[in-house]
Amino acid sequence: MELFNSESKKIINDPINVNNPISLQVLGICSALAVTIRLDQAIIMTLAVIFVLCSSNVILSLIRDYIPSRVRIVIMLSVIASLVSVVDELLQAYLYDMSKQLSVFVGLIITNCIIMGRAEAFALKNGPSKAFLDGLGNGLGYGMIIIIVSFFRELFGAGTITLPDGGAGYVLFSIPEAWYAAGYENIGLLVLSPGAFFILGLVIWTQREIFGIEEGE
Amino acid sequence: MGGFEDYLSIFTKAVFIENIVLAYFLGLCSFLAISKSIDASVGIGMAVVVVLTITAPINWFIYEFLLSKGALVWLNTLFSIQYDFSNTDLSFLKLIVFISVIAAMVQLVEMFMERFSQSLYSSLGIFLPLIAVNCSILGGSLFMVEREYNVTETMVYGFGSGVGFFLAIVALASVRYRLRYSNIPPRLRGVGMAMLLTGLLSMAFMAFSGIDL
Repeated sequence: MELFNSESKKIINDPINVNNPISLQVLGICSALAVTIRLDQAIIMTLAVIFVLCSSNVILSLIRDYIPSRVRIVIMLSVIASLVSVVDELLQAYLYDMSKQLSVFVGLIITNCIIMGRAEAFALKNGPSKAFLDGLGNGLGYGMIIIIVSFFRELFGAGTITLPDGGAGYVLFSIPEAWYAAGYENIGLLVLSPGAFFILGLVIWTQREIFGIEEGE
Repeated sequence: MGGFEDYLSIFTKAVFIENIVLAYFLGLCSFLAISKSIDASVGIGMAVVVVLTITAPINWFIYEFLLSKGALVWLNTLFSIQYDFSNTDLSFLKLIVFISVIAAMVQLVEMFMERFSQSLYSSLGIFLPLIAVNCSILGGSLFMVEREYNVTETMVYGFGSGVGFFLAIVALASVRYRLRYSNIPPRLRGVGMAMLLTGLLSMAFMAFSGIDL
């Protein structure tokens, strides 16, 4: 299979735009919101999710013919849980500060519905290379949303933009002191949990407005 | 530590101040999907209370006597094995073990219900499998490890978190019920509106954060 033919482009593009796992399929929101206080946390979390999603998709797709369908959920859970343990240990070894900040939310990637959902809906029905692209696309779709949310939360809530580095994070931009002196104030609410809900709500609204998707209720 | 006030404080914290859904964003998938109907919300709320109260203490015992650093020393005293277990640290296994315990417990609870209470089973039964992958259950167990609770505190914390989830989901379902005839912009309907409402609920619950017990 050629890597960049139209079909594989569709597999990658769809979950970023018209079928985004967070804003349109509404999966995996739990971990999405908790790590959006700072941009660097969101970036590290995105990388972790992409790693777990791609590898679990590929592994499950390779063994899909040998999995009896009655016990598939247990098998999927154990594959995913092992991969998440690997990520957790790697973070503790190389990015200790970050793993303290993310605390239990790295472990909670296991119960992230995106990963189970993609395994069930795609990896068990398709070959490994397609499954890898699907994992990549969904991981990027997830990452796009949480990076947007965390960008707004950090910029307007704390007044900084932080990128990940080995330690406590590299501050790329912070709102100049002169602005504060002139009366500018950070919106403290955005750093707290309600802010995450509001911003994600607005992001979902915007995205559905762009792609013209309505949900009946 | 110990004493009734501590337990009361952990309980109040878990229900109101550090509500597992509204402050820690756990269990949001089922929270948003099921809050469309009040009856279903009550059902899944009760199921979460039951499963959290059972799994948190069980995972505590497993962590304390099998997984944490030096947890296996009881093997030395009980069976007088020569190998020194005081430095054995199996805590890297906790994710796999916890999720398997949760899946197994959910299955057990389901079988018990089917056998002993048919009416409860018919109202809660369909929600139980969903709960195995509900992050609030695994989150409860992971928080109990991170905060180093003892067994009674874990039990109180598990129950409190469950009650917190119950309160939040029933509140959201009721608000969504009242909104059925409101004129919401078409593309905000559904999940978008539910997120904004959850934000408002979460703000309301923040008002409890002044309480200090």
